[in-house]
Amino acid sequence: MNFTLKVWRQNDGDSKGHIEEYPAENIPIEASFLEMLDIVNEKIIGDGGSPIHFDHDCREGICGMCSLTINGVPHGRENGTTTCQLHMRHFDDGDTIWIEPFRAGAFPVIRDLVVDRSAFDRIIAAGGYVSVRTGAAPDANAIPITKEDADHAFDSATCIGCGACVAACKNSSAMLFVSAKASHLNHLPQGAPEKDRRALNMVQAMDEAGFGNCSNHYECEAVCPKSISADNVAKLNRDYAAAAVRKALA
Amino acid sequence: MSLNLQSAVPSGPIDQKWTKHKMESRLINPTNKRKYSVIVVGSGLAGGAAAATLSELGYGVKCFCYQDSPRRAHSIAAQGGINAAKNYQNDGDSVSRLFYDTIKGGDFRSREANVHRLAEVSVGIIDQCVSQGVPFAREYGGLLDNRSFGGTQVKRTFYARGQTGQQLLLGCYQALSKEISNGGVQMFSRTEMLDLVVVDGHAKGIIVRNMVTGEVSAHAADAVVLATGGYGNVFYLSTNAKGCNVMAAFRAHKRGAAFANPCYTQIHPTCIPVSGDYQSKLTLMSESLRNDGRIWVPTRSELAEKIRSGEISAGDISEEDRDYYLERKYPSFGNLSPRDIASRSAKEVCDEGRGIAPTGLGVFLDFRDAIDRDGRDSISARYGNLFEMYEKIKGENPYSTPMQIFPAVHYTMGGLWVDYNLMSNLPGLHVAGEANFSDHGANRLGASALMQGLADGYFVLPSTIANYLAEQEPGSVTESHPEFSRCLEETNTRIGNLVSANGKRSVDSFHRELGLLIWDKCGMARSSEGLEYALKRIPEIREEFWENVRVPGSGAQLNQELEKAGRVADFLEFGEVLCHDALSREESCGGHFRLEHQFGEDDPEVIDGRTQAGEAKRNDEDFCHVSAWEHTGVGTKPKLTREPLVFENVKLSIRSYK
Repeated sequence: MNFTLKVWRQNDGDSKGHIEEYPAENIPIEASFLEMLDIVNEKIIGDGGSPIHFDHDCREGICGMCSLTINGVPHGRENGTTTCQLHMRHFDDGDTIWIEPFRAGAFPVIRDLVVDRSAFDRIIAAGGYVSVRTGAAPDANAIPITKEDADHAFDSATCIGCGACVAACKNSSAMLFVSAKASHLNHLPQGAPEKDRRALNMVQAMDEAGFGNCSNHYECEAVCPKSISADNVAKLNRDYAAAAVRKALA
Repeated sequence: MSLNLQSAVPSGPIDQKWTKHKMESRLINPTNKRKYSVIVVGSGLAGGAAAATLSELGYGVKCFCYQDSPRRAHSIAAQGGINAAKNYQNDGDSVSRLFYDTIKGGDFRSREANVHRLAEVSVGIIDQCVSQGVPFAREYGGLLDNRSFGGTQVKRTFYARGQTGQQLLLGCYQALSKEISNGGVQMFSRTEMLDLVVVDGHAKGIIVRNMVTGEVSAHAADAVVLATGGYGNVFYLSTNAKGCNVMAAFRAHKRGAAFANPCYTQIHPTCIPVSGDYQSKLTLMSESLRNDGRIWVPTRSELAEKIRSGEISAGDISEEDRDYYLERKYPSFGNLSPRDIASRSAKEVCDEGRGIAPTGLGVFLDFRDAIDRDGRDSISARYGNLFEMYEKIKGENPYSTPMQIFPAVHYTMGGLWVDYNLMSNLPGLHVAGEANFSDHGANRLGASALMQGLADGYFVLPSTIANYLAEQEPGSVTESHPEFSRCLEETNTRIGNLVSANGKRSVDSFHRELGLLIWDKCGMARSSEGLEYALKRIPEIREEFWENVRVPGSGAQLNQELEKAGRVADFLEFGEVLCHDALSREESCGGHFRLEHQFGEDDPEVIDGRTQAGEAKRNDEDFCHVSAWEHTGVGTKPKLTREPLVFENVKLSIRSYK
């Protein structure tokens, strides 16, 4: 297959970026999107150029390292798929493909398509955990948890922290990411004691990192490669409101 | 002078060694702990757990990872589950049985005391993870569910759908985040370790490169922990993440740490087959699928040929023309035979011309019978995400067409040599998780990697490291020591050499060439002839690499080609150690299969029915030992020291899964 790529190139965070055009020729139909970029990069290196930088690691759709906004959509148009799991058989021969970084004020560009998502780590460090020391745990079956609650917690906990939700949102809001972690932990008995602190502190860290507000457009849910539900946002709003009231009355 | 390989295994009965050792270990009082600093390289299950727990204890911790966040370490990709001897199923499980299964699964090539400790500690891991909020699968009664994995006959595997590694790693990452937020851990993401600094024979620091700014800097500490994973990417194609590499472990090896049993590499039986030379990695399909999937190929090669050419499909093959070869050869374990055995069997049937993938290298993993028996919904609840992943990659629906699978490099049992305290022969250098060699012998059982990583990180290392630290004056070595500037200079020179080589070939082209060579000559079947050929070729490839590699750009900013070049340069040296080890081990055991050493029709063990022709033939008389290799210079043969393996509790026997 053959494609024309329009790729965002930017030498570093301080320089201006631009779109550059590259041919992607003789791409096997079984290739993944990132393998297609590998082939293009081999050609660029062979021609003495500077290869396109992009983040990736596991290439199994689970580590959350890959990003890319493909034809305007974070992770491309296939539903529930990370960029690394996207395959060229979903494109047509001769297509022009636009490739840009995940864009958000809180995700500054490092080089080309590589962005800095460390703001997510700061949000988790603000309260996305259960404060339990190693060795202090009771027997694993001491507290039964209904299968439904465990399954719901799991569904929220599958977030891979890729940041597609932010890149898709016109406000660059991180509410889907934050709420997925908050509702994973807030609705398990182990996470309940810190529920209020967690909701207040994580939201505060999110605001401080420069992410925008949620205005319920659900673009985040639509692009999420793990199909995290926007219901989590509603749950976090509820937990936050309750926590804020309890704090005010305390 | 040969290496000092004292295993430091405590005396006494095996089930009391760990308790006794903890009792006799040194303690450092809480006020003094604050004065000690520990460097942890790697943030996966072993490194993340160790960093978090050491910080909880009060040590000052610096943690480093090459990914943009500690949450992305490759432990995250583990699918199937984690073993623990909880016996929640009342099916006869116990610490002793997990211990025995692991020793036998490792083909009697691991250290008894370490494995027993692993089995003991496993129980606490599940408690710890549940209390962190890890959402393991549960039954309707609200209690934890289990499933079964290869090489065992009990259900002791805890799981979170097909994403157990992800959930465990996130639990660990959250514990680490808690310690980052309270200042106990200083986290350095996108930072790669490029060298180990050894001062007066002790590991006292590391040299790292900030992958964003390119800045190379030195960090000193009272002890160093490497939890940097395995070396599977020496094969280029593997189920490892693209960034996984041997650099940290190999740099330590070059500074004096012994590398043990590198030839024990695990080829996982159920991966999506290779389809072309454009391919960048291989994808695992969890072993848990073998709970319900049946592995088969046609009985005759003519039928296989018709499938390969697309003339007929799997559904056209009648029941009597299907060979469920694992069920036939190993009736008591069937499709859940251990990984090394299942992989070799797949290779055998493909070598006979019965492979069904277009390349000839593939077998079916078929869910037809399980779907008929349990219904599509319950199969989907168990494996839904794996089926989706398969469909994304192959473009075929496994609910209606059997999966095509073939073995692929997955895990490496070998690693840096460690004693019972997880300390290498270099005092101060500790090694945890896949990066060390100690617990899995010649073959790792499914769902045991997560167990070992977390055991080392949460429970073993935080306790044993005090034995070393208590004898050190905290902060006695700082970055101002001349050894740090010497190592910094060496690192900068090496980076300079890579970017200035200015040759014609890309880094990947060298990596692919090396990987293909190692896979052919040191993969699923090895021979002295092949290994000698590899040992001749590797130095040639390495020499060309340094003359003809092209690394565009400079070292002064994010430069992914430079990162890859440094890693491939080390693989080009490490590959030789791997082949030397495989060549010197004149036996077959676990993942190491030497064509010269297999049972034949005339062997008494085959005649009396204890095993069958073609199975791995161990040589306990000459090879019941750990092979630890010492670096002697680039391109010269490393020096071998043996640590004898003593079995006091388990009787060495033919490893049969019939």
